[in-house]
Amino acid sequence: MTDAPETYSAKEEVGQVRARRTRWERAKIELRKAPLTAWFGMVVIACYVFVAVFAPWLAPYGEADSSFGAYLPWGDGHVFGTDQIGRDIFSRMIYGARNTMGIAFVTTILAFLIGGGLGLVAAISRGWTDQIISRAVDVLMAIPSLIFALMLLSIFGSSIPSLIFIIAVLDSTRVFRLTRAVAMNVVVMEYVEAARLRGEGLGWVMRREILPNIMPPLVAEFGLRFCFVFLTIAALSFLGVGIQPPTADWGSMVRDNASLIQFAQYDLKAGITPLLPAAAIALLTIAVNFVVDWFLMKTSGLRDEV
Amino acid sequence: MHPILSTVLQRLGLGLLTLFFVSVIIFSSIEFLPGDFTEAVLGQTATEETVAAFRRELGLDQPAYIRYFDWIGSVMTGDLGQSFSGRASSGIDRSRAVADLVAPRLANTLFLAAMTAIIAVPLALTLGITAALYRNSIYDRVVNAGTLSTISMPEFLVAYLLILFLASLNPIFPSLANVNADTPFWERVYKCALPALTLTLVIVAHMMRMTRAAIINLLASPYIEMARLKGLKPSTVILKHALPNAWAPIANVIAFNLAYLVVGVVVVEVVFVYPGIGQLMVDAVTTRDIPVVQACALIFAATYILLNLLADIISIVTNPRLLHPR
Repeated sequence: MTDAPETYSAKEEVGQVRARRTRWERAKIELRKAPLTAWFGMVVIACYVFVAVFAPWLAPYGEADSSFGAYLPWGDGHVFGTDQIGRDIFSRMIYGARNTMGIAFVTTILAFLIGGGLGLVAAISRGWTDQIISRAVDVLMAIPSLIFALMLLSIFGSSIPSLIFIIAVLDSTRVFRLTRAVAMNVVVMEYVEAARLRGEGLGWVMRREILPNIMPPLVAEFGLRFCFVFLTIAALSFLGVGIQPPTADWGSMVRDNASLIQFAQYDLKAGITPLLPAAAIALLTIAVNFVVDWFLMKTSGLRDEV
Repeated sequence: MHPILSTVLQRLGLGLLTLFFVSVIIFSSIEFLPGDFTEAVLGQTATEETVAAFRRELGLDQPAYIRYFDWIGSVMTGDLGQSFSGRASSGIDRSRAVADLVAPRLANTLFLAAMTAIIAVPLALTLGITAALYRNSIYDRVVNAGTLSTISMPEFLVAYLLILFLASLNPIFPSLANVNADTPFWERVYKCALPALTLTLVIVAHMMRMTRAAIINLLASPYIEMARLKGLKPSTVILKHALPNAWAPIANVIAFNLAYLVVGVVVVEVVFVYPGIGQLMVDAVTTRDIPVVQACALIFAATYILLNLLADIISIVTNPRLLHPR
């Protein structure tokens, strides 16, 4: 038995400040435990974002540079060939990432500002305000959103600002429903009542008391909404009423090159050219879904049964 | 009054009210048109008189509520107004009635939708129920993975993949669904095969997942566990205990997805150049032919609302708790 001095004291141990892990350390631990699908999703999203941000440096040719022969085959200076008026498809795919994702991102943020804001207001004030907003949202949701978007686009014309605004308003109805539902559970808590009793305004209660407590479902919804907005914009562009040429966009690229599919028997590479932008859309949707699934499982401990 | 009847009437009233508000929204879209709109329709060389006559025809010299009742009154009697296209600055009117444009195309779309529904609904229900019963088996996982990947794809990708494999590489089906009124029935079915298959794939995925979730949810409830513990046969548990309560979610799933079909049909019709109402609407949006857009939007919205209403009513009527009130 060594005679090390008896240095242990219970008082000292209790007195020690418990070292908390920093946010970054906690994130690292969570990431290490993330399943393979979530990793796959995050890597894909990171690649897309990288391509979107650095598009002008990555693309070999300009977005609307049509100085090449039309319908050139794959290879030979053009990785995926050229389209019907001689634009490099690979470059347009890269710029398309920037345009389609950028517009979808701005639209989703706008939808959350409108829908989230109104949802919080409705949940906090209740009464007439809640009734009026909720019934208006019910009516808006009774019309299928693609049909509604088509109708509004025919009135306001297809420009990027009106596209963003129309889709943001239509999608904000779903955000409103979710925000109102989750905020309703928080509004009845004592600390919210305490904040109100000490005379805090609507803005404070919204930002400081309720919002931090309903963040996880809203973040998950942001991912899913983004996918939905992204698909809607792609569908509208595919129909020819969304993003207008010469702006590169995945939806309209599918439409422009669709006729190439008839030549798949003679040249398979040409045949799958129109499918590339569509596949890019599908891959991003799958990636976001994987990450959202993982995030939901982490934050709520619940697994979506579906 | 019987509780079911009063609930159904209430729901019907709510549906009609929604339909009314939706028609108001669709009607008032014309109010937001920019001022130079007549010029856009009639061309820049339009004379003052032509513009004035056009504005009078649109009724812009009358208050909005009178125009609304005029419009909704004529819609009820099947008169959807006159199309904007075919009007010239000279004032000669070669435009066609919207109803004449819409009617044949509506029939085509209904044909496509019916064909899809006949294939998709039984298929999705079978897949969904079996996947729920054999939960976590290999069969369940395969079906789930398949439907998940279909859901993530935009409709046009599914459509073009089918064209690539079934029309271009192996010419089995035609890639263009160019039917007209004289096409015989079986040829029509043959030409619609790919569009119907695309729509089927898209909605079966949704429908199957929703059915599976509804059934799993139901099978987890205490009274089913009780029935099982009592030692009843599995078939009795399913048919006598689970099914009466399952009608409501299943009806909801079917109606929801048929309503989804309404939206999906637009993209698919454009891909296959199928002369349906969805393509008519997209063309009208491109040329800003507002009366046609309004008519199509009204038809789509009404179908959507009615299908949801039908699902609500079915779930009320089949609810065992309302059927046997205490």
